[in-house]
Amino acid sequence: METLLALLFGLLLAAACYMLLARSLPRVILGLMLLGNAANLSIIAAGRVAGTAPPLVERGAQALAAGGSNPLPQALVLTAIVISFALTAFVMVLAWATWRAEGTLDPETLRRAEPPALPSTDKEAAAEAEARP
Amino acid sequence: MLALPAIPLLALACVPLVGWGLRRAPVMAPWLAALPAALFLLVLTTPDGAMFSLHWIPTLGVELAFRLDGLSRLFALLIAGIGAGVFLYAAAYLEGHPLLHRFLAVLTLFMAAMLGAVLADDLLLLFAFWELTSLASFMLIGFDAHRAEARRAAQQGLMVTVAGGLAMLAGLLLLGDAAGTFRISAILAQGSTLAAHPAAPWIVVLIAIGCFAKSAQWPLHFWLPNAMAAPSPVSAYLHSATMVKLGVYLLARLNPAFEALALWQGLLIGVGTATMLAGAVLALRERDLKRKLAWSTVVALGTLVALIGIEDPLAATAAVVFLLVHALYKASLFLIAGIVDKKAGTRDAMQLRGLGRRMPITAAAALLAGLSMAGAPGFIGAFAKDLLFTVQLGVPRLLPAVALLVNAAMVVVAGVVAARPFMGKPMETGGVAKDPAVALLVAPIVLATLGLVFGMAPHLISAAIIEPAAGAILGRPTGIALGEKQGGTVVMTMSFAALGLGLLMFLGWRRLQPTLAGQTWLDTYGPDAGYGRAMRAVSAVAVALTRRVQGGSLRGYLAANLALVFAGAALVLVARGGLALPLPGPWAGPAQLALAAVILAGALAACRLRALFGQVMAAALVGFGVGILFLTLGAADLAFTQFTVEILAIVLLVAILARLPFHAPDARRAPERRRDALLAAGVGAAGTAILLAVLSVPFDPFITEWMGKAAVPEAKGRNVVNVIIVDFRALDTLGEIAVLLIAALAATVLLRRTGKPG
Amino acid sequence: MLDSLILRASARYVLWACVALSVFVLLRGHNEPGGGFIGGLIGALGFVFHALARGPPATRRVLRLDPLAWGGIGLLLAAGSGLPALLLHAEPLLTHQWMEGLPIGTAIPFDIGVYLVVLGFALAFVLPFLGEDAA
Repeated sequence: METLLALLFGLLLAAACYMLLARSLPRVILGLMLLGNAANLSIIAAGRVAGTAPPLVERGAQALAAGGSNPLPQALVLTAIVISFALTAFVMVLAWATWRAEGTLDPETLRRAEPPALPSTDKEAAAEAEARP
Repeated sequence: MLALPAIPLLALACVPLVGWGLRRAPVMAPWLAALPAALFLLVLTTPDGAMFSLHWIPTLGVELAFRLDGLSRLFALLIAGIGAGVFLYAAAYLEGHPLLHRFLAVLTLFMAAMLGAVLADDLLLLFAFWELTSLASFMLIGFDAHRAEARRAAQQGLMVTVAGGLAMLAGLLLLGDAAGTFRISAILAQGSTLAAHPAAPWIVVLIAIGCFAKSAQWPLHFWLPNAMAAPSPVSAYLHSATMVKLGVYLLARLNPAFEALALWQGLLIGVGTATMLAGAVLALRERDLKRKLAWSTVVALGTLVALIGIEDPLAATAAVVFLLVHALYKASLFLIAGIVDKKAGTRDAMQLRGLGRRMPITAAAALLAGLSMAGAPGFIGAFAKDLLFTVQLGVPRLLPAVALLVNAAMVVVAGVVAARPFMGKPMETGGVAKDPAVALLVAPIVLATLGLVFGMAPHLISAAIIEPAAGAILGRPTGIALGEKQGGTVVMTMSFAALGLGLLMFLGWRRLQPTLAGQTWLDTYGPDAGYGRAMRAVSAVAVALTRRVQGGSLRGYLAANLALVFAGAALVLVARGGLALPLPGPWAGPAQLALAAVILAGALAACRLRALFGQVMAAALVGFGVGILFLTLGAADLAFTQFTVEILAIVLLVAILARLPFHAPDARRAPERRRDALLAAGVGAAGTAILLAVLSVPFDPFITEWMGKAAVPEAKGRNVVNVIIVDFRALDTLGEIAVLLIAALAATVLLRRTGKPG
Repeated sequence: MLDSLILRASARYVLWACVALSVFVLLRGHNEPGGGFIGGLIGALGFVFHALARGPPATRRVLRLDPLAWGGIGLLLAAGSGLPALLLHAEPLLTHQWMEGLPIGTAIPFDIGVYLVVLGFALAFVLPFLGEDAA
């Protein structure tokens, strides 16, 4: 079972990376969603699959029965699901704002912060600054 | 013994006071000279061998340790004494300058740092003060910040000395490690045993690099003449009399430990001689008064370094005497050059003529200093020269010939700077050339006169200053008193030969200079041009590197990060024993296998489908598949959370996509797709391998079992997952919901800025 | 806005059913599957359905406060539920206190705080995009 989860994790990870590298922001978002699922699977797997009973203490009992599933990774993943939704949702809004501001959804053309010729890397300006008076 | 640490620390404490006070009352500036004067007296009255130490950074073994001996006293007296004159001069020289307070504050800082460096008894403390002098020098060279030349010179001086300082720091650390202590007095007490240490060659070379950079030794000498962009008091104080001698000081300081080493001697004599020669030629070639003096300073520094390298009581004495002589006449000449520059409006030695009649007092001071520099009989310069020749004759090979040429060149410099501008027919000047105010004249006159006084009465300083200092360089008493006649007829002959040759060259200098200046290859292939090329190369490399790694392609960054992280992790995995498989556990049921197939199909479809909405549905399939998988693994909470999140995400995604050109395809071309697929497959494989390795480690159920036991009695809840979220890890959850709210706030702000959707 | 009579008519009932379900899931979460996260998400689904059917302005009227304000209230509630331990018993923040023998303790307002934050956060993201020309 754990090996299956590990294989599934790798496959989802690969699919997520492939989508993240897409030249289309909506597909990048889908990649992010897949990545969240992959990560959650890996956390569950790392907590081991000892049993399939839900981690509920029997009514009247004082402690969790042995052989059930591990509650700790479940608690971590539960919040992780919501957090990754927050991340994805924010990126969605960001993509929409990008579209409004730049008119493109291709990450390759988003170069406002790093234009091809930065002023600080301008050869002439550097030579001028260094030139002797 | 509190007077000793007070000397540098008091000066340091005065820096902000000076800056603040003189800004409000610039007229008080001349009175600042009282500070170095007081320090001078303090140094004079502190007994030899005074020590002070305080634990400063105990974990690193750094101590606030100071010590005064013959050598440091000589330096401290020079720093404070010449400082008093320079402060007085500077207050008058820059009178009315809006930044006078800043200038004097930095000058005070410099003086404090210098005093600290020569009094420090801890290598690292010395280094800290050493670098502080470099910084002060940077600020003072670049004082006229509006001039590009000054900015470049300041940067160059800083780069060279700090780069050297870095090498020196490595050397000092090695030295401290080899000696087992950073206390200089303790290191010197070990005698010459350190010279036999296996790290000794490294220590010597690294420390020497730092000293050579600071003391402008060839081939790092080029920054010093450029530093003449600084105002004249700075040139007189930092770049002739004190700071550039700091390298000489450290070499002299460590000489007893390493003098037995052939490498030490060879390095110092070789580099010193090369510096003397290079400086002499370049000094003859120069027309600018201050730059000419700077080249002659390079010559003097080379001479000092070479003298330290020669293991001989006479050499140590010669070094000390020459150091003192040079400081006196060179500071004086720089101050006079500043006066000439101010009054005649030019520093071009070719144009300056006939100022003697209009500026008689200045001319007299210049003559005194020049005679001392030329080594005329009766001046202390004569002693220095005799000692030099005696020592240099004792070392065969190249040195005597070099000494002759170099001394002749010094005679020329003395003549051109101190005599020529004041002789002959009066020149045309822009302003009224006449003697300046007394405040500007005091320092050069006193310094120049001292050269004559000490020459006439050497006993004044012989036993008190010269002998202890020379003894400290040598590591044992020299037994040589100043004023004893040195050398024989050979030295005398050489001395006169140098004077005669120098006079001849001086008379022919008008023709000699253009010939030398015509040798443009000296500039083209000189180290100054090399520095410029190196700096441009650094910029070019930075530009090329930035273009390459910071190309602006978001996908490129992402791919690089993915590759780096996962390749790195996989590499670690392989290094630790390759792949590992988990221990056999429960088998996957048919339902789980079917779900895995669904998830796999969804993931593949998400990648392969062309239409965006098809891809969205495929991704949703993956999400729901994972949710159901959670359900089969006994994680009901997760499953329901996953389902609701999945629904909300899809609603949001579709609502946003409806406002975007969702029919636009993925713009990747086929080769890009293949490359991305390859990278993604690699990352996935690495991920699986890493997770399998994690699973192969035996599981420690301690925390899980504790939580299972504590949930009901302590947290009153039977749903352990919820108990963990709201109780055991409640603080964590609080942070997480805060993140959720922040994300929502950020999105709201973003929407407000972009405008309402619709 | 989906223009469907059935949808419009059912929106109010679906909303209240969802809210009731979410509160139920929230409150039973301590002992059975459920809790603030799931409850909040289910509640958000109800409001999203309402907004799809009747338009976000109507939903906002039902909410009365801005979703972010609900989230803020939730965050304050969650943080505040940790204070009694700190102030009254000098224990670390968020050490929950329980009434002797009763299933009532500070963990409950904490979970309600989580519920409100999740609800507010989800609606703050989704509602702006369910406006006029939504699909």
